[in-house]
Parts: sequence; C-alpha cells; structure tokens
Amino acid sequence: MKCQHCEKPATFHITELTEPSGPTVLHLCEEHARTFLSSDGTATPASALASLLAKQLKMEKVAEELAISDKKTCPICGISFADFRKGGRLGCAYDYVAFEDDLEPLLVNIHGALAHTGKVPTNQSGSPERQHRLMQLKSEMKEAITREDYESASRLRDKISKIELDDESSWTDDALEEDMDEDQDDEDDTFQADPPIV
Amino acid sequence: MRGHGPESDIVMSSRIRLARNLAEFPFIRKCTPKDRTAIATAVHRALDSLPLSADTEYVDVAKLGDLDRQFLMERQLISHELNESQGARAVILDPKERFSIMVNEEDHLRLQVMQSGLDLESAWKRMDQLDDQLESKLTYAFTKRLGYLTACPTNVGTGLRVSVMLHLPALVATKQIDKVFRALNKINVAVRGLFGEGSQFMGDFYQISNQTTLGKSELGLVAKVQEVVPRLIEYERRARDFLVSESRQDLHDNVSRALGILCTAKKISSEETMHYLSKVRMGVNLGLIEDVKIPTVNKLFIHTQPAHLQKLCGRKLSVTDRNIERANYLQLHLSKRSESENN
Repeated sequence: MKCQHCEKPATFHITELTEPSGPTVLHLCEEHARTFLSSDGTATPASALASLLAKQLKMEKVAEELAISDKKTCPICGISFADFRKGGRLGCAYDYVAFEDDLEPLLVNIHGALAHTGKVPTNQSGSPERQHRLMQLKSEMKEAITREDYESASRLRDKISKIELDDESSWTDDALEEDMDEDQDDEDDTFQADPPIV
Repeated sequence: MRGHGPESDIVMSSRIRLARNLAEFPFIRKCTPKDRTAIATAVHRALDSLPLSADTEYVDVAKLGDLDRQFLMERQLISHELNESQGARAVILDPKERFSIMVNEEDHLRLQVMQSGLDLESAWKRMDQLDDQLESKLTYAFTKRLGYLTACPTNVGTGLRVSVMLHLPALVATKQIDKVFRALNKINVAVRGLFGEGSQFMGDFYQISNQTTLGKSELGLVAKVQEVVPRLIEYERRARDFLVSESRQDLHDNVSRALGILCTAKKISSEETMHYLSKVRMGVNLGLIEDVKIPTVNKLFIHTQPAHLQKLCGRKLSVTDRNIERANYLQLHLSKRSESENN
C-alpha cells in the first residue's frame, strides 16, 4: 500500500479517533507519519480548521456574504479573511479585531465559548487596539514631520509617549474611546485623562 | 519517559504547553526575516535578565545541522514545525529536560513542561511560574475578552494544551479501545491513536488532550484531562487482568517472542522495534518478563530512533546501516539487561 501523501510505501497505519465522523484510518510512509505524529494534540490544525470553516460557512453563509467576508482586510498586517481561510493562520493580533464578526461564530464552533476566564498577565499593555493606535499615531507623526507641521508632530509625540508609558491600569477600552473622541472633536494640545463632560 | 512518577506503568508522560505571542510583532506568517530575528533577540535578552537563564541553554536552531535538529525532535524538545521551518528560530533548553521554550514556531513562543508519569497539577504549577517569569520581561498579545491571542484560533484564550501519553496495549489487544475513546470524544477530550488498531506495527501509545482552550481556566482544563486519565488507567488494568486470567500462557508466549526477536534480530526497522518494545513493556508490567526494567524499555523507545542511533554512533548512517545498528543496540541493552538499567 502506498502512502496517502506520496509514492513511498505506507508503513504506518494510524487510526485517528478525534474525527467527529468516527475513526479514520491513515496510511502513511515513515516520513509523513513522523510529520503527523509530531504535531501536538491537534493532528492537522489547518485541515481541521478548514473543514470546520467549510462546514460553518455552508450552514450559515450564502456565497454573497462569504465573498464580502473574504474581502475584509486587516489594516495592520494586510491579510484578507480569504487568506486566513486558506492557510488557517492569522497574520497579527489585530486580526481578532478586524475579523471579529467572522471569527466569532468560528470560535463558538471550536471552543463552545467566547470569553476568556483563565490567566491574566500582570502586564496588560499588549492589547492589539493599543498596538494599532500606536501605529496610527506614529504614522500620523511621520506625515506631520514630512509636511513640516512641527506643532502637530510634537502633540502626536506626546500622545505616543503617554500611551507607551501607561501601565495596564490606564490603558483600557474607555481610555481608548476618550482618545478617539478627542481626536475627532477636540483641538486641545494635551491628552485629556478625565472623561469628557456630557 | 524515565519510567517513574505516578501510574508510570501506563502513563508515559504528562505534558503542558502554552502558546504566547509578543504584542509588538505580527504573527509568524506575516513576519519578515528581520521580525523573526528581532523576536529571537527580544526573547534571548529577556531570558538573560531572568534567574532561569543560569540553568538553561539558548540554542539557535537555524544554525543546527539536520541530525541535531532531528535529535531534538525525537526527544520532543522541539516540534516538527520548528525543525522544518526556515529563518531565525530557537529553543531554550533545561538541562534536565523538564521544560523547553520554542521561539518562532507557529506562535512566537511555545513553552512546554514535561513530567514523567501522571502529574499534571505540578506540571501546571511549574508552567505557570515559567510563564510569569517570561511575562515580567515581555509584553504578550492579550485582550481581556479573548485572552492570549494566537496565530491559530484553535489555541486562543489560555493557549494551553494539556496532554498525557498513555500506553494501552491491553485495551488494544482486547479490541475495546475504540469504544472507550468514542465515549471520551463526547466530552471534548481529544484522543490520538499514535499506532492504532488494525495496523501491523503498533506501539499502542495514545495521547489524551484538551480540545478547547477558550472559556475555561487553566486549572479547569487540567482537571478535565486529569479526570479522564484515571478511568482509562482503570480500564487498561482491567483489560490486562482479563488477558492474564483468560490466556496467561498465550500472552506469556507473545511477549517472550517479542523479546526474543528484539534480542536476536540482525536488522530491524524503527516501526518493528516499537511494535515489539510495546509488547515487552506490557510483559514487564505484568510480571511476565522479569529481567528487563521499565526504564530500560522506555529508554530503548527513544534511543532506537534514527537520529539517536546516529548520534550514538557518532556518524550519519543509511537506512540499512541504521537497521543493523539498531539491532546491535537492542541486543546489547536487552541481553546485558541488569547492567544497562542505570545507563
């Protein structure tokens, strides 16, 4: 018997018991068996994910919606949802924000849950929103410098260092929203730490 | 794999891994070569400032030759992905092999803690401390809602995989294994048959692990795997008792023949070796083979793998030469049984 993935003889016959459809028998050569066996727990995450995605998309999405999802692109790393569907891997942490609506049903499907209840790091400044905001501000600052608008550039620099110096307690979603609001309707030179008065 | 620890006649090893990513870099698939180098440097620097660096070795995997990489893979210190991928990547090794940290694998960091026998809680405790130490120097991609963010959504949340490697030859021999595992699948615990039923060569090893990583605490996930294992051990023990009571002579014959082949073969493949070592292991555990010890058998499982054999010989060997060398090695260690135990 030949290996399922190449022309070599299949010397390993593996019964995969984790398939939802029941046990599946794989016939592999030594090399492909090693590849298969050395993956950790989830035998072929990409293929498992692909079949999950396919199933989910078939059930819940019509072609039109799917095409819309597929075209969505992450502003940070540039991968599209279609790229993710093909490879089974995300391009950056911000993809969880950029593809939130499309990933949620998938996460429910995989984990049966949508909320993290485990360990929390002491240093919580690693949120993708914060990274995104920093990148935005840095590119705005660069632009300001290019057009020799040093006043704006220095204001942006202060904002950046403020975010970079902030510990986890002051970098929250609320602070992010305030900051965004300020950008839209506030010309103040300084970052407003207090919530805007309504 | 040293053959000690709770339930070590059936449980080979307990293993816990965590997936972590650094907040300021894209995930691996979008990393430039420069990013990969910067990640490795950041981790190396973080490690250097930790007390843990005194007892660990930082290995630049990209600089290792094929044989060394395969050797680390056979010892399960690095994964297939880290072995095969290109670009800057590393592994931080504990000399006692109680943990390893892979850098630039599927995620920026893959921490794993290994333990002989069944002891998941203490493995988790050590992992938690290791993670705390690294986290004090590195900023992980994390959100309150989804937890630790990973390249594959199957790992998001805790990034935790708890797995236990079991040797279940009697459940295989009595053809009960599928039935047992079908029941397990219903409770979100994954089972992978490494060398499954119906195959000519089988090692009878099965890995039990959690399927989900989001929505439960780390200890909750540990408990989930932990609660299943004693039941499996119990089933396996009952199946062994059954085999002994029903057909002790057949069983004795079977395991003794396996030992005979391993002791006398002149050429033997790694699959065949695993198949017979599995039988011998059960024979030793049932008291049917008296002069071989479990640590010797466990060691042979590892040392007869291709890269280990070549390392032991100190040179590269063709498949045929490896089969000859493997037969020699088995003969040496199984015929001088009592002397080899302490090696």
